[in-house]
Amino acid sequence: MTSIKLSNADYVKQLLKNNERDDKRGFMEYRTINIINGFIPNAEGSARVKLGYTDVLAGVKLGVEEPMPDKPNEGNLMVSAELLPMASETYEAGPPTPEAIELSRVIDRGIRAASAVDLSKLFIEEGKVWTAFIDVYVINYDGNLFDAGELAAMSALMNTKMPKYEDGKIIKEESTGKLPIGNLVTSCTFAKIGKSILLDPTGLEEEIMSARLTVANDDKYMRAMQKGIKGSFTGEEVEMLIDTSFEKSKQLRKVLDENKVD
Amino acid sequence: MSSSREKPILIIDGKRLDGRSFDQLRPLSITTNVVPNADGSAFIEWGNNKIIAAVYGPKEALPKHTQDPERAVIKCRYAMSPFSSAEEHGSSKPNRRAIEISKITKEVFENVILIDEFPGGEINIYVDVLQSDGGTRAAGITAAAAAVASAGLPMRDIPYAVSVGKADGHLILDMNKIEDNYSDADVPMTICPRTKEIILLQMDGSFDGSKEFREAYSMVLKAGEEISRIQKEALKEPYTKIIDKYR
Repeated sequence: MTSIKLSNADYVKQLLKNNERDDKRGFMEYRTINIINGFIPNAEGSARVKLGYTDVLAGVKLGVEEPMPDKPNEGNLMVSAELLPMASETYEAGPPTPEAIELSRVIDRGIRAASAVDLSKLFIEEGKVWTAFIDVYVINYDGNLFDAGELAAMSALMNTKMPKYEDGKIIKEESTGKLPIGNLVTSCTFAKIGKSILLDPTGLEEEIMSARLTVANDDKYMRAMQKGIKGSFTGEEVEMLIDTSFEKSKQLRKVLDENKVD
Repeated sequence: MSSSREKPILIIDGKRLDGRSFDQLRPLSITTNVVPNADGSAFIEWGNNKIIAAVYGPKEALPKHTQDPERAVIKCRYAMSPFSSAEEHGSSKPNRRAIEISKITKEVFENVILIDEFPGGEINIYVDVLQSDGGTRAAGITAAAAAVASAGLPMRDIPYAVSVGKADGHLILDMNKIEDNYSDADVPMTICPRTKEIILLQMDGSFDGSKEFREAYSMVLKAGEEISRIQKEALKEPYTKIIDKYR
Protein backbone atom coordinates (compact mmCIF):
# COMPACT_ATOMS: atom_id res chain seq x y z
CA MET A 1 0.00 0.00 0.00
CA THR A 2 2.70 2.43 1.05
CA SER A 3 4.84 1.78 -1.98
CA ILE A 4 1.92 2.51 -4.34
CA LYS A 5 1.32 5.81 -2.54
CA LEU A 6 4.98 6.75 -2.75
CA SER A 7 5.12 6.02 -6.44
CA ASN A 8 2.01 8.14 -7.05
CA ALA A 9 3.61 10.97 -5.15
CA ASP A 10 6.87 10.61 -7.06
CA TYR A 11 5.02 10.49 -10.35
CA VAL A 12 3.03 13.69 -9.73
CA LYS A 13 6.05 15.53 -8.33
CA GLN A 14 8.13 14.50 -11.32
CA LEU A 15 5.45 15.91 -13.63
CA LEU A 16 5.22 19.14 -11.65
CA LYS A 17 8.96 19.64 -11.95
CA ASN A 18 8.42 19.76 -15.72
CA ASN A 19 5.41 22.06 -15.24
CA GLU A 20 3.03 19.29 -16.24
CA ARG A 21 -0.04 17.62 -14.80
CA ASP A 22 -1.25 14.07 -15.26
CA ASP A 23 -4.12 15.23 -17.49
CA LYS A 24 -2.02 17.80 -19.42
CA ARG A 25 -3.78 20.79 -17.86
CA GLY A 26 -2.19 24.10 -16.95
CA PHE A 27 -1.67 24.68 -13.21
CA MET A 28 -4.51 27.20 -13.08
CA GLU A 29 -6.92 25.47 -15.41
CA TYR A 30 -10.23 23.77 -14.67
CA ARG A 31 -11.13 20.36 -16.01
CA THR A 32 -14.11 20.20 -18.38
CA ILE A 33 -17.26 21.22 -16.55
CA ASN A 34 -20.55 19.66 -17.49
CA ILE A 35 -23.84 20.66 -15.87
CA ILE A 36 -27.14 18.85 -16.28
CA ASN A 37 -29.95 20.84 -14.71
CA GLY A 38 -33.25 19.29 -13.68
CA PHE A 39 -31.74 15.81 -13.40
CA ILE A 40 -34.21 14.93 -10.63
CA PRO A 41 -37.66 16.03 -11.75
CA ASN A 42 -39.16 15.14 -8.36
CA ALA A 43 -36.95 17.71 -6.65
CA GLU A 44 -37.89 21.39 -6.82
CA GLY A 45 -34.43 22.02 -8.22
CA SER A 46 -31.48 19.83 -9.11
CA ALA A 47 -28.19 19.84 -10.93
CA ARG A 48 -25.62 17.20 -11.70
CA VAL A 49 -22.12 18.55 -12.16
CA LYS A 50 -19.27 16.64 -13.70
CA LEU A 51 -15.87 18.16 -13.16
CA GLY A 52 -13.63 15.80 -15.05
CA TYR A 53 -14.40 12.45 -13.40
CA THR A 54 -15.79 14.03 -10.26
CA ASP A 55 -19.55 13.61 -10.30
CA VAL A 56 -21.79 15.49 -7.88
CA LEU A 57 -25.55 15.80 -7.74
CA ALA A 58 -27.37 18.51 -5.80
CA GLY A 59 -31.08 18.33 -5.08
CA VAL A 60 -33.20 21.12 -3.62
CA LYS A 61 -36.44 20.47 -1.78
CA LEU A 62 -38.58 23.22 -0.32
CA GLY A 63 -40.44 22.79 2.92
CA VAL A 64 -42.52 25.05 5.12
CA GLU A 65 -41.02 25.49 8.56
CA GLU A 66 -40.90 27.83 11.47
CA PRO A 67 -38.40 30.67 11.00
CA MET A 68 -35.23 30.85 13.08
CA PRO A 69 -36.12 32.72 16.28
CA ASP A 70 -33.65 35.52 15.52
CA LYS A 71 -34.83 35.93 11.92
CA PRO A 72 -38.64 35.76 12.05
CA ASN A 73 -39.09 37.27 8.58
CA GLU A 74 -36.58 35.20 6.67
CA GLY A 75 -36.57 31.77 5.12
CA ASN A 76 -33.92 29.17 5.91
CA LEU A 77 -31.51 27.09 3.97
CA MET A 78 -29.68 23.96 4.95
CA VAL A 79 -26.86 22.25 3.12
CA SER A 80 -25.95 18.61 3.73
CA ALA A 81 -23.33 16.56 1.93
CA GLU A 82 -23.29 12.81 1.48
CA LEU A 83 -20.13 11.02 0.41
CA LEU A 84 -21.82 7.94 -1.06
CA PRO A 85 -19.95 4.69 -0.38
CA MET A 86 -20.07 4.01 -4.13
CA ALA A 87 -18.15 7.21 -4.87
CA SER A 88 -14.77 5.98 -3.70
CA GLU A 89 -13.08 2.92 -2.31
CA THR A 90 -12.26 4.90 0.79
CA TYR A 91 -15.81 6.04 1.61
CA GLU A 92 -17.89 4.01 4.01
CA ALA A 93 -21.56 4.00 4.94
CA GLY A 94 -22.42 5.59 8.27
CA PRO A 95 -22.94 8.94 9.93
CA PRO A 96 -21.40 11.98 8.19
CA THR A 97 -17.61 12.09 8.53
CA PRO A 98 -15.77 15.30 9.43
CA GLU A 99 -14.87 15.56 5.72
CA ALA A 100 -18.54 15.50 4.69
CA ILE A 101 -19.45 18.01 7.38
CA GLU A 102 -16.64 20.36 6.34
CA LEU A 103 -17.72 20.08 2.69
CA SER A 104 -21.34 20.92 3.46
CA ARG A 105 -20.43 23.79 5.77
CA VAL A 106 -18.06 25.40 3.28
CA ILE A 107 -20.69 25.17 0.51
CA ASP A 108 -23.28 26.57 2.93
CA ARG A 109 -20.98 29.42 3.98
CA GLY A 110 -20.47 30.62 0.40
CA ILE A 111 -24.19 30.52 -0.38
CA ARG A 112 -25.16 32.24 2.84
CA ALA A 113 -22.44 34.90 2.87
CA ALA A 114 -23.11 35.87 -0.76
CA SER A 115 -26.90 35.91 -0.19
CA ALA A 116 -27.15 33.55 -3.14
CA VAL A 117 -30.75 32.91 -2.11
CA ASP A 118 -32.81 35.95 -1.22
CA LEU A 119 -34.08 34.60 2.09
CA SER A 120 -36.12 37.74 2.80
CA LYS A 121 -38.48 36.72 -0.02
CA LEU A 122 -39.15 33.31 1.54
CA PHE A 123 -41.47 34.65 4.23
CA ILE A 124 -44.96 33.15 3.96
CA GLU A 125 -46.87 34.31 7.03
CA GLU A 126 -46.30 34.85 10.74
CA GLY A 127 -44.40 31.79 11.98
CA LYS A 128 -44.13 30.20 8.53
CA VAL A 129 -41.27 30.47 6.05
CA TRP A 130 -39.85 28.42 3.22
CA THR A 131 -36.78 26.32 3.97
CA ALA A 132 -34.53 25.22 1.12
CA PHE A 133 -32.97 21.83 1.83
CA ILE A 134 -29.91 21.45 -0.36
CA ASP A 135 -28.48 17.94 -0.44
CA VAL A 136 -25.18 17.40 -2.19
CA TYR A 137 -24.57 13.78 -3.23
CA VAL A 138 -21.11 12.72 -4.32
CA ILE A 139 -21.50 9.99 -6.92
CA ASN A 140 -17.90 9.68 -8.04
CA TYR A 141 -14.85 11.19 -6.35
CA ASP A 142 -11.92 12.45 -8.35
CA GLY A 143 -10.89 15.47 -6.33
CA ASN A 144 -12.21 18.98 -5.77
CA LEU A 145 -15.60 18.21 -4.24
CA PHE A 146 -15.77 21.77 -2.94
CA ASP A 147 -16.01 23.50 -6.33
CA ALA A 148 -18.14 20.77 -7.90
CA GLY A 149 -20.46 20.85 -4.88
CA GLU A 150 -20.75 24.63 -4.84
CA LEU A 151 -21.47 24.65 -8.59
CA ALA A 152 -24.08 21.91 -8.26
CA ALA A 153 -25.78 23.64 -5.32
CA MET A 154 -25.76 27.04 -7.04
CA SER A 155 -26.99 25.65 -10.34
CA ALA A 156 -29.74 23.68 -8.61
CA LEU A 157 -30.87 26.77 -6.69
CA MET A 158 -30.95 28.86 -9.87
CA ASN A 159 -33.30 26.32 -11.38
CA THR A 160 -35.51 25.73 -8.38
CA LYS A 161 -39.24 26.24 -8.78
CA MET A 162 -41.30 27.49 -5.87
CA PRO A 163 -44.33 25.30 -5.19
CA LYS A 164 -47.62 26.94 -4.33
CA TYR A 165 -48.61 27.20 -0.68
CA GLU A 166 -52.32 27.35 0.06
CA ASP A 167 -54.43 26.71 3.16
CA GLY A 168 -51.50 25.23 5.03
CA LYS A 169 -50.59 22.84 2.23
CA ILE A 170 -47.78 22.68 -0.29
CA ILE A 171 -49.14 22.18 -3.80
CA LYS A 172 -46.24 20.74 -5.71
CA GLU A 173 -48.05 20.59 -9.03
CA GLU A 174 -48.45 24.35 -9.19
CA SER A 175 -45.51 26.69 -9.20
CA THR A 176 -45.46 30.35 -8.26
CA GLY A 177 -42.20 30.98 -10.11
CA LYS A 178 -38.53 30.57 -9.48
CA LEU A 179 -36.71 30.61 -6.18
CA PRO A 180 -35.50 34.21 -5.65
CA ILE A 181 -31.77 34.27 -6.34
CA GLY A 182 -29.32 36.93 -5.17
CA ASN A 183 -25.62 36.85 -6.06
CA LEU A 184 -24.13 33.93 -7.94
CA VAL A 185 -21.45 32.39 -5.78
CA THR A 186 -18.78 29.94 -6.91
CA SER A 187 -15.63 28.62 -5.31
CA CYS A 188 -12.09 27.96 -6.47
CA THR A 189 -10.06 25.28 -4.73
CA PHE A 190 -6.29 25.07 -4.86
CA ALA A 191 -3.94 22.29 -3.81
CA LYS A 192 -0.36 22.81 -2.74
CA ILE A 193 2.11 20.09 -3.67
CA GLY A 194 5.70 20.88 -2.81
CA LYS A 195 6.08 24.48 -3.91
CA SER A 196 3.52 24.17 -6.72
CA ILE A 197 -0.08 25.31 -6.41
CA LEU A 198 -2.74 23.79 -8.64
CA LEU A 199 -6.31 24.81 -9.35
CA ASP A 200 -9.00 22.12 -9.36
CA PRO A 201 -6.95 19.18 -8.02
CA THR A 202 -7.80 15.63 -9.12
CA GLY A 203 -8.08 12.74 -6.68
CA LEU A 204 -4.49 11.79 -7.43
CA GLU A 205 -3.30 15.31 -6.71
CA GLU A 206 -5.39 15.57 -3.54
CA GLU A 207 -3.90 12.31 -2.30
CA ILE A 208 -0.48 13.92 -2.08
CA MET A 209 -1.27 17.63 -1.53
CA SER A 210 0.08 19.17 1.64
CA ALA A 211 -2.51 21.94 1.93
CA ARG A 212 -5.75 23.02 0.34
CA LEU A 213 -7.40 26.42 0.03
CA THR A 214 -10.94 27.14 -1.11
CA VAL A 215 -11.94 30.73 -1.93
CA ALA A 216 -15.59 31.50 -2.70
CA ASN A 217 -16.65 34.72 -4.36
CA ASP A 218 -19.41 36.41 -6.28
CA ASP A 219 -18.82 39.07 -8.92
CA LYS A 220 -17.89 41.72 -6.33
CA TYR A 221 -16.67 40.23 -3.09
CA MET A 222 -14.80 37.36 -1.61
CA ARG A 223 -17.39 35.57 0.53
CA ALA A 224 -15.75 32.56 2.14
CA MET A 225 -12.41 30.86 2.58
CA GLN A 226 -11.39 27.53 4.00
CA LYS A 227 -7.90 26.19 4.37
CA GLY A 228 -7.73 22.44 4.77
CA ILE A 229 -5.34 19.68 5.83
CA LYS A 230 -2.03 19.98 7.56
CA GLY A 231 0.25 22.03 5.30
CA SER A 232 0.61 25.79 5.19
CA PHE A 233 0.34 28.80 2.88
CA THR A 234 2.34 32.01 3.00
CA GLY A 235 0.56 35.36 3.08
CA GLU A 236 1.74 36.10 -0.47
CA GLU A 237 0.39 32.78 -1.72
CA VAL A 238 -3.02 33.49 -0.24
CA GLU A 239 -3.09 36.94 -1.85
CA MET A 240 -2.20 35.43 -5.22
CA LEU A 241 -4.88 32.76 -4.87
CA ILE A 242 -7.53 35.32 -3.93
CA ASP A 243 -6.69 37.28 -7.10
CA THR A 244 -6.77 34.09 -9.19
CA SER A 245 -10.12 33.07 -7.71
CA PHE A 246 -11.69 36.39 -8.74
CA GLU A 247 -10.42 35.82 -12.27
CA LYS A 248 -11.49 32.17 -12.47
CA SER A 249 -14.91 32.78 -10.94
CA LYS A 250 -15.87 34.60 -14.15
CA GLN A 251 -15.51 31.34 -16.04
CA LEU A 252 -17.62 29.48 -13.46
CA ARG A 253 -20.39 32.08 -13.48
CA LYS A 254 -20.42 31.88 -17.27
CA VAL A 255 -20.89 28.10 -17.10
CA LEU A 256 -23.76 28.59 -14.63
CA ASP A 257 -25.36 31.18 -16.90
CA GLU A 258 -25.02 29.11 -20.04
CA ASN A 259 -26.73 26.15 -18.40
CA LYS A 260 -29.55 28.12 -16.85
CA VAL A 261 -33.00 26.76 -17.68
CA ASP A 262 -35.74 29.33 -18.21
CA MET B 1 -22.90 36.86 10.61
CA SER B 2 -25.47 39.53 9.84
CA SER B 3 -28.86 39.10 11.35
CA SER B 4 -32.21 40.61 10.53
CA ARG B 5 -32.55 41.73 14.11
CA GLU B 6 -31.87 45.42 14.64
CA LYS B 7 -28.16 45.73 13.97
CA PRO B 8 -26.32 47.56 16.74
CA ILE B 9 -23.73 50.18 15.87
CA LEU B 10 -20.40 48.48 16.42
CA ILE B 11 -18.13 51.50 16.08
CA ILE B 12 -18.71 54.88 17.72
CA ASP B 13 -16.21 57.73 17.33
CA GLY B 14 -13.51 55.41 16.06
CA LYS B 15 -13.84 53.11 19.10
CA ARG B 16 -15.45 49.73 19.50
CA LEU B 17 -18.31 48.99 21.90
CA ASP B 18 -15.95 47.76 24.58
CA GLY B 19 -13.70 50.79 24.11
CA ARG B 20 -10.98 48.98 22.17
CA SER B 21 -9.19 50.38 19.16
CA PHE B 22 -9.48 48.48 15.87
CA ASP B 23 -6.27 46.48 16.32
CA GLN B 24 -6.47 45.89 20.05
CA LEU B 25 -6.73 42.46 21.62
CA ARG B 26 -9.05 41.70 24.49
CA PRO B 27 -7.32 40.96 27.83
CA LEU B 28 -5.71 37.58 27.51
CA SER B 29 -4.18 35.27 30.08
CA ILE B 30 -3.02 31.66 30.01
CA THR B 31 -2.25 29.28 32.87
CA THR B 32 -0.64 25.93 32.16
CA ASN B 33 -0.86 22.63 34.07
CA VAL B 34 -4.45 23.07 35.17
CA VAL B 35 -5.53 19.45 34.61
CA PRO B 36 -3.21 17.30 36.74
CA ASN B 37 -4.19 14.00 35.09
CA ALA B 38 -3.33 15.23 31.60
CA ASP B 39 0.16 15.21 30.11
CA GLY B 40 -0.25 18.87 29.32
CA SER B 41 -2.98 21.44 29.77
CA ALA B 42 -3.79 25.12 29.68
CA PHE B 43 -6.58 27.39 30.79
CA ILE B 44 -7.16 30.48 28.72
CA GLU B 45 -9.19 33.54 29.60
CA TRP B 46 -9.53 35.65 26.52
CA GLY B 47 -12.04 38.46 26.93
CA ASN B 48 -14.97 36.65 28.50
CA ASN B 49 -14.00 33.31 26.99
CA LYS B 50 -12.96 30.63 29.44
CA ILE B 51 -11.54 27.54 27.79
CA ILE B 52 -9.55 24.53 29.02
CA ALA B 53 -7.34 22.55 26.68
CA ALA B 54 -5.78 19.26 27.73
CA VAL B 55 -3.45 16.86 25.95
CA TYR B 56 -2.88 13.14 26.48
CA GLY B 57 -0.22 11.13 24.74
CA PRO B 58 1.52 9.93 22.78
CA LYS B 59 0.27 6.46 23.61
CA GLU B 60 -0.56 3.44 21.46
CA ALA B 61 -3.35 4.35 19.04
CA LEU B 62 -6.52 2.39 19.75
CA PRO B 63 -8.56 0.91 18.19
CA LYS B 64 -5.69 -0.59 16.24
CA HIS B 65 -7.12 0.19 12.81
CA THR B 66 -6.69 3.91 13.54
CA GLN B 67 -2.91 3.43 13.78
CA ASP B 68 -0.58 4.90 11.20
CA PRO B 69 2.68 2.91 11.03
CA GLU B 70 4.62 6.01 10.03
CA ARG B 71 3.39 8.69 12.39
CA ALA B 72 1.19 9.49 15.35
CA VAL B 73 -2.46 10.20 14.69
CA ILE B 74 -3.99 13.23 16.32
CA LYS B 75 -7.49 13.06 17.66
CA CYS B 76 -9.08 16.32 18.57
CA ARG B 77 -12.36 17.17 20.21
CA TYR B 78 -13.60 20.75 20.47
CA ALA B 79 -16.84 21.05 22.40
CA MET B 80 -18.93 23.78 23.96
CA SER B 81 -20.50 23.16 27.33
CA PRO B 82 -24.32 23.42 27.44
CA PHE B 83 -24.03 26.42 29.76
CA SER B 84 -21.29 28.22 27.83
CA SER B 85 -23.29 30.67 25.77
CA ALA B 86 -25.50 33.58 26.75
CA GLU B 87 -28.33 31.97 24.79
CA GLU B 88 -30.48 29.02 25.80
CA HIS B 89 -29.17 25.71 27.12
CA GLY B 90 -27.15 23.99 24.43
CA SER B 91 -26.36 20.38 23.71
CA SER B 92 -22.98 19.07 24.82
CA LYS B 93 -23.00 16.62 21.91
CA PRO B 94 -20.73 18.02 19.20
CA ASN B 95 -22.80 19.65 16.46
CA ARG B 96 -21.69 20.18 12.86
CA ARG B 97 -19.89 23.38 13.72
CA ALA B 98 -17.97 21.67 16.53
CA ILE B 99 -17.01 18.76 14.28
CA GLU B 100 -15.63 21.17 11.67
CA ILE B 101 -13.66 23.09 14.30
CA SER B 102 -12.33 19.81 15.72
CA LYS B 103 -11.14 18.85 12.24
CA ILE B 104 -9.31 22.08 11.46
CA THR B 105 -7.81 22.18 14.96
CA LYS B 106 -6.52 18.65 14.45
CA GLU B 107 -4.94 19.74 11.16
CA VAL B 108 -3.17 22.64 12.88
CA PHE B 109 -1.51 20.24 15.30
CA GLU B 110 -0.68 17.70 12.62
CA ASN B 111 1.34 20.51 11.11
CA VAL B 112 3.27 21.64 14.18
CA ILE B 113 3.75 18.48 16.26
CA LEU B 114 6.58 16.25 15.00
CA ILE B 115 4.20 13.32 14.58
CA ASP B 116 6.75 11.28 12.61
CA GLU B 117 8.54 10.74 15.92
CA PHE B 118 5.73 8.51 17.23
CA PRO B 119 4.73 5.86 14.69
CA GLY B 120 1.63 3.96 15.72
CA GLY B 121 0.87 6.44 18.47
CA GLU B 122 -2.02 8.74 19.16
CA ILE B 123 -2.19 12.17 20.72
CA ASN B 124 -5.50 13.37 22.12
CA ILE B 125 -6.28 17.06 22.27
CA TYR B 126 -9.39 18.14 24.14
CA VAL B 127 -10.69 21.69 23.93
CA ASP B 128 -13.63 22.43 26.19
CA VAL B 129 -15.30 25.81 26.02
CA LEU B 130 -16.68 26.57 29.47
CA GLN B 131 -17.80 30.09 28.69
CA SER B 132 -17.96 31.59 25.22
CA ASP B 133 -17.83 35.17 24.03
CA GLY B 134 -16.76 35.07 20.40
CA GLY B 135 -13.53 33.75 18.95
CA THR B 136 -13.59 30.43 20.77
CA ARG B 137 -11.90 28.46 17.98
CA ALA B 138 -8.95 30.85 18.00
CA ALA B 139 -8.77 30.91 21.79
CA GLY B 140 -9.07 27.12 21.87
CA ILE B 141 -6.18 26.64 19.45
CA THR B 142 -4.02 29.18 21.28
CA ALA B 143 -4.68 27.33 24.55
CA ALA B 144 -4.19 23.91 22.97
CA ALA B 145 -0.82 25.04 21.58
CA ALA B 146 0.31 25.94 25.10
CA ALA B 147 -1.08 22.64 26.39
CA VAL B 148 0.80 20.62 23.75
CA ALA B 149 4.02 22.48 24.51
CA SER B 150 3.55 21.98 28.26
CA ALA B 151 3.14 18.24 27.59
CA GLY B 152 6.70 18.33 26.27
CA LEU B 153 5.72 17.10 22.82
CA PRO B 154 8.25 18.03 20.13
CA MET B 155 6.91 20.86 17.98
CA ARG B 156 8.37 22.84 15.14
CA ASP B 157 6.61 25.95 16.40
CA ILE B 158 4.02 27.11 18.94
CA PRO B 159 1.14 28.41 16.86
CA TYR B 160 -1.31 31.09 17.91
CA ALA B 161 -4.72 31.96 16.52
CA VAL B 162 -6.80 35.10 16.31
CA SER B 163 -9.59 36.35 14.14
CA VAL B 164 -10.04 39.56 12.16
CA GLY B 165 -13.49 40.90 11.45
CA LYS B 166 -14.96 43.79 9.56
CA ALA B 167 -17.45 46.39 10.72
CA ASP B 168 -18.47 49.72 9.17
CA GLY B 169 -15.70 49.31 6.61
CA HIS B 170 -12.99 48.85 9.26
CA LEU B 171 -11.01 45.72 9.95
CA ILE B 172 -11.29 44.85 13.63
CA LEU B 173 -9.09 42.44 15.53
CA ASP B 174 -10.34 39.75 17.90
CA MET B 175 -14.11 40.20 17.83
CA ASN B 176 -16.25 39.60 20.87
CA LYS B 177 -19.65 37.91 20.59
CA ILE B 178 -21.69 41.00 19.69
CA GLU B 179 -19.18 42.03 17.05
CA ASP B 180 -19.06 38.47 15.76
CA ASN B 181 -22.86 38.32 15.46
CA TYR B 182 -23.22 41.57 13.53
CA SER B 183 -19.93 42.00 11.68
CA ASP B 184 -19.59 41.95 7.89
CA ALA B 185 -16.81 39.37 7.88
CA ASP B 186 -14.92 36.97 10.11
CA VAL B 187 -11.48 35.66 9.16
CA PRO B 188 -9.89 33.36 11.74
CA MET B 189 -6.23 32.54 11.18
CA THR B 190 -3.63 30.37 12.84
CA ILE B 191 0.01 31.26 12.33
CA CYS B 192 3.37 29.61 12.91
CA PRO B 193 5.19 32.59 14.43
CA ARG B 194 8.69 31.49 13.36
CA THR B 195 7.90 31.29 9.64
CA LYS B 196 4.69 33.38 9.51
CA GLU B 197 3.04 30.51 7.63
CA ILE B 198 -0.75 30.31 7.71
CA ILE B 199 -1.90 26.91 8.96
CA LEU B 200 -5.56 27.70 9.51
CA LEU B 201 -7.55 30.12 7.41
CA GLN B 202 -11.28 30.52 7.15
CA MET B 203 -13.48 33.33 6.00
CA ASP B 204 -17.15 34.10 6.20
CA GLY B 205 -18.78 37.35 5.09
CA SER B 206 -17.50 39.85 2.53
CA PHE B 207 -13.99 41.02 1.77
CA ASP B 208 -13.02 43.20 -1.19
CA GLY B 209 -10.08 41.04 -2.19
CA SER B 210 -6.41 40.34 -1.66
CA LYS B 211 -5.52 43.84 -0.46
CA GLU B 212 -7.95 43.62 2.41
CA PHE B 213 -6.66 40.14 3.21
CA ARG B 214 -3.11 41.51 3.37
CA GLU B 215 -4.19 44.14 5.91
CA ALA B 216 -5.94 41.48 7.99
CA TYR B 217 -2.87 39.22 7.85
CA SER B 218 -0.52 41.97 9.03
CA MET B 219 -2.95 42.82 11.86
CA VAL B 220 -2.80 39.17 12.92
CA LEU B 221 1.01 39.07 12.77
CA LYS B 222 1.26 42.18 14.92
CA ALA B 223 -1.18 40.87 17.52
CA GLY B 224 0.59 37.53 17.36
CA GLU B 225 3.69 38.96 18.98
CA GLU B 226 1.65 39.68 22.09
CA ILE B 227 -0.20 36.35 22.02
CA SER B 228 3.05 34.38 21.58
CA ARG B 229 4.64 36.26 24.45
CA ILE B 230 1.72 35.37 26.75
CA GLN B 231 1.89 31.70 25.67
CA LYS B 232 5.60 31.55 26.44
CA GLU B 233 5.20 33.31 29.79
CA ALA B 234 2.56 30.73 30.71
CA LEU B 235 4.89 27.90 29.74
CA LYS B 236 7.76 29.29 31.82
CA GLU B 237 5.64 30.10 34.83
CA PRO B 238 5.62 26.68 36.57
CA TYR B 239 9.42 26.56 36.35
CA THR B 240 10.08 30.11 37.50
CA LYS B 241 7.87 29.39 40.49
CA ILE B 242 10.09 26.47 41.46
CA ILE B 243 13.25 28.45 40.86
CA ASP B 244 11.94 31.28 43.04
CA LYS B 245 11.18 28.81 45.81
CA TYR B 246 14.80 27.64 46.03
CA ARG B 247 16.43 30.97 45.36
